[in-house]
Amino acid sequence: MTTTVTPLARTVTDSWVVAKRNLIKIKRVPEVLIFVLVSPLMFVLLFAYVFGGAIDPGGGVNYREFLVAGIFVQTVVFGATFTGAGLAEDMQKGIIDRFRSLPMARSAVLIGRTFSDIAYNVLSIVVMALTGLLVGWRIRGSALDAVAGFALLLLFSYAFSWVMAWVGLLVPSVEVINNASFIVIMPLTFISNAFVPIDSFPTGLRVVAEWNPVSTATQAVRELFGNTGGAPVPDAWSMQNPAAYTLLWVVLILAIFIPLSIRQYRRAAG
Amino acid sequence: MGDIIRVRGLEKRYGEVRALDGLDLTVPEGTVLGLLGPNGAGKTTAVRVITTLLRPDAGTAEVAGIDVLADPMEVRRRIGLSGQYAAVDEHLTGRENLEMVGRLYGFPRARARARAGELLERFDLADAGDRPSKTYSGGMRRRLDLAGALVAAPPVLVLDEPTTGLDPRSRIQMWEVIRELVSGGTSLLLTTQYLEEADRLADEIVVIDAGRAIARGTADQLKRQTGGERVQLVLADVADRDRTRVLLGEVCRSDVRDGETERELAAPAEGAATLMEVLRRLEEEGIAVLDIGLRRPTLDDVFLTLTGHGAEAPGTARTEEPAR
Repeated sequence: MTTTVTPLARTVTDSWVVAKRNLIKIKRVPEVLIFVLVSPLMFVLLFAYVFGGAIDPGGGVNYREFLVAGIFVQTVVFGATFTGAGLAEDMQKGIIDRFRSLPMARSAVLIGRTFSDIAYNVLSIVVMALTGLLVGWRIRGSALDAVAGFALLLLFSYAFSWVMAWVGLLVPSVEVINNASFIVIMPLTFISNAFVPIDSFPTGLRVVAEWNPVSTATQAVRELFGNTGGAPVPDAWSMQNPAAYTLLWVVLILAIFIPLSIRQYRRAAG
Repeated sequence: MGDIIRVRGLEKRYGEVRALDGLDLTVPEGTVLGLLGPNGAGKTTAVRVITTLLRPDAGTAEVAGIDVLADPMEVRRRIGLSGQYAAVDEHLTGRENLEMVGRLYGFPRARARARAGELLERFDLADAGDRPSKTYSGGMRRRLDLAGALVAAPPVLVLDEPTTGLDPRSRIQMWEVIRELVSGGTSLLLTTQYLEEADRLADEIVVIDAGRAIARGTADQLKRQTGGERVQLVLADVADRDRTRVLLGEVCRSDVRDGETERELAAPAEGAATLMEVLRRLEEEGIAVLDIGLRRPTLDDVFLTLTGHGAEAPGTARTEEPAR
């Protein structure tokens, strides 16, 4: 048999085969895409027009400009739910068992899934960016910084994908994961600077918000897009070095949840 | 020839439930073993252990001499699994499904594609090969699933209830496919709830109940043990019961068995000849029946004989002993 390839080459090939399979689904079930794309669009419009007049982010920045980075981060974090839901569905339908009975690389199903879900996130970022441009958001920094901003968003969402992969393999059904992720992600994104400046928070909450990676990711992206204006940055180290602190979280999450998810995949019992 | 599958003392517990309780099993190379048992007997759990999907609490399993716990990867290379727990992807076409499986077995792209084409042809799916498999009928889906198990032409095949839920026509079609397959020398472990299915396909049958093997033999041996075919009747009038009992005893030259109700009686038969003779005698004696017919032994009968309880309610012993 074909056993001469190295384990690494095998992992890459198998992951690609799995990713391709997931991408075919985007093509075959476009309804899913509509949901993925409409909800960030809705968020941009809702926040821009409903809260836009009431919230002043300070520093002479227009709220809509302030908002878009927050929506970006919230959406890519929610996008991670997709990874979990996809795996939970595959478990339910017995497709994970099919994969597990094949002599393929153990990590390939998860790597393939997390990579193919980047495609969803790229698409939703494009939709959000276009909507943002329509409501008055502009990139005011350099092109290179903007690229770095988008890259940071994708990295951040990729890390959360692995958290959700683990959850997806643990829970018994797709419905559970959708509800569970809502309960976790809602507070995570609301106790942050994604939608409002955090200096108005009560002290305890403010500290949480300052060290919340969603805040720092938002802050980093805002800075890279040049959307912060002259607003003062909170004194916490995390907020002063938002990109570095966010990347630290990315590394930490990946270091914990990649092995955890792979272990869960190997023992996954139907 | 040795045993291609060897299972010893397998135990698996889910909370209070013992899914496997010391299961022993062997499949001699090149033969078909039917693992026969009702729902919840432990068939699927056994399959999941043998195919490396599940770690048992105790016991060993070997496939082609390889320990499934020590070297699961080598086992996966040699085994093809199909059945209720190894599904096809409904969003992919039949061809895409098979190509994907081939790629994951490590085939280069061209070989995976060629193999997919071959299998679609062989399983009568060539015309539907480029349609998403969710448009397939139940029978087509099972065939695609079976084709998936055969992509790498594995020496050992495990089919978990391959015809459960299929309509009779698809079932017979599936049986033909499987029979053709094993005529080529593939070793097969087949689980089923149907005695008839095991009878048609298996060289030998292991009956499993509450996670343990309780009998092993050919279909004929099991049926003989169970008492074979029976003539069974329902009386119009309970008053005729004793007379009918004597009559049946004479025609069948055997003990008569009581049925579920007082009106029912049954006795061993030798085909339609016995049935005709019984009918003739009933007519002579002027005994009216509501229903009469030949019954082949079912899994339920096998279970009743072997365990004293029916297949429908595993673990719940019947109050009345089946008459011999």
